[in-house]
Amino acid sequence: MSDLNDLYQEVILDHNRRPRNFHVLANASHSAEGYNPLCGDRLMLYLKLADGRIEDVSFQGAGCAISKASASMMTDVLKGRTIAEANALFDRFHRMVTTPPDQGVEDMGKLSSLAGVREFPIRIKCASLAWHTLKAAMKNEHRISTE
Amino acid sequence: MEVDHTGAIATQRSEQRSASVVEEPKRGAATAAPSAKYDVQRVRADFPILSRSVRGKPLAYLDNAATTQKPRAVLEAMTGYYTTINANVHRGVHELSERATEAYEASRERVRAFLDAASVHDIIFTRNATEGINLVAQSFARPRLAPGDEVLISAMEHHSNIVPWQLVCEATGASLKVAPIDDRGELMLDAFEAALTPRTRLVAMTHMSNALGTIPPVEDVIRLAHARGVPVLIDASQAAYHMRVAVRALDCDFLVATGHKLYGPTGMGILYGKEAHLEAMPPFLGGGDMISSVTFERSTWNVLPYKFEAGTPHIGGAVALHAALDYIEAIGFDAIGAHERDLLAYATAMLSEIDGVRLIGTAREKASILSFVMQGVHPHDIGTIVDREGVAIRTGHHCAQPVMDRFGVPATARASLAMYNTRDDIDALGRALRRVRQVFG
Repeated sequence: MSDLNDLYQEVILDHNRRPRNFHVLANASHSAEGYNPLCGDRLMLYLKLADGRIEDVSFQGAGCAISKASASMMTDVLKGRTIAEANALFDRFHRMVTTPPDQGVEDMGKLSSLAGVREFPIRIKCASLAWHTLKAAMKNEHRISTE
Repeated sequence: MEVDHTGAIATQRSEQRSASVVEEPKRGAATAAPSAKYDVQRVRADFPILSRSVRGKPLAYLDNAATTQKPRAVLEAMTGYYTTINANVHRGVHELSERATEAYEASRERVRAFLDAASVHDIIFTRNATEGINLVAQSFARPRLAPGDEVLISAMEHHSNIVPWQLVCEATGASLKVAPIDDRGELMLDAFEAALTPRTRLVAMTHMSNALGTIPPVEDVIRLAHARGVPVLIDASQAAYHMRVAVRALDCDFLVATGHKLYGPTGMGILYGKEAHLEAMPPFLGGGDMISSVTFERSTWNVLPYKFEAGTPHIGGAVALHAALDYIEAIGFDAIGAHERDLLAYATAMLSEIDGVRLIGTAREKASILSFVMQGVHPHDIGTIVDREGVAIRTGHHCAQPVMDRFGVPATARASLAMYNTRDDIDALGRALRRVRQVFG
């Protein structure tokens, strides 16, 4: 049962219960929708980018504890980062969750709590959904309508 | 007793064997007695996979609405076919081809009897129920649909009974109408009747919802549609392994079912159609076996049912399906139904005792499916945690996204029952769900 406790660590359950930055961003400059058709997880990610820096970030949506906690923690760590730094974080996070479970991974602070998904291959997509949505949002140039 | 499904040899004398099955003392529950006499342990002993463990726990397989497990008789029939008479059908004059053809056609007769169809001409083998619906959509509906015409379905259909109609509607300018369901998940029959208009060209409806368990009143649906001259397709994918489905009593125009939910192999679908309809329809797929003659100028079509079976069919699958239907009938739907109803009541009571669990689908007429959500826990998390307890359930939208939308949930967890499930399986699910509560608080 220890792998189950690794997956559902207290920090993950806490972000699931009380997701941070969980709202629509009215003055967002970029956004994207992430969807995992396997489980129906769906999230909307909002970014306010200015001068190559993430001034603000938020998300909304419905999903499992892993995808919700991952999105919540991601928005926490992204605020104030440059786009280059966000891309580097994406790469590090991606490497962490796709490293085989019998190998060590670098410490990413609270994001490391999601390394437990490696024991649950089908759940890796839940953890990475928010990050893939971030990539899409940073690429999309359309300004979000606030109507 | 052991039903003798030794594959090829047995299938060659299917007529005699079917008769002998009826005469012999039936396995376990097969006396027409109530569930008290149903020996579920003897049934379980026929399913090799049920004795395996998953993640160190005994397997509690509760994902039967997705696919059922296979009894040894089915596995042996498949192996027996490939071991002793494998050849292509309807072609060679050699011994093996004759035997393979006999076995394949004996399976068609077995399906005819199982569904109580009038003739083997009415039974088409497809890959799955989905292909059967697409066949009817393209070969029957499409030539009959004009702009403004309507196809009527219900709000509890599986995607396979939605998307094929959307495709033909898009191609013809017809529109897809949806009869609503209420908060219990029951078809609103008055609204269904009101949705039957002079432009309705076809009704397509499930016999049992895979997401809710609801058994809609298909007899009334067919009667109301026929009163207006509208033909009806019934999707019996779920119903056919829980209850007797007799096409002549129903008087449906088309019916689909699928072998892999009938304790048989994947890749074996069943389409029943009234002969007059099938005769009038153009082929769906072209190729070998479905032709009478071919020149480069034109081809003519083979007779029913072969007109709709292009290419080499799933012969081994047909032989195994034969064994599966024999197996089901040796036990009997009276016994299966009584056993599953008892389990459904037991499981419904169990779920009601778990904090924050809400059933989705509480129709008065329902069978063998428990779709539920748990306060504060996404179904995907439920699925992962109960899997660690050896319990296999489905989580997600169950290929029925409009049903999820209707009930305002993104997904549900679904436990679904079959003849071999026990109260122990339900208890294992209960323990696993309490574990979920423990993790999520």
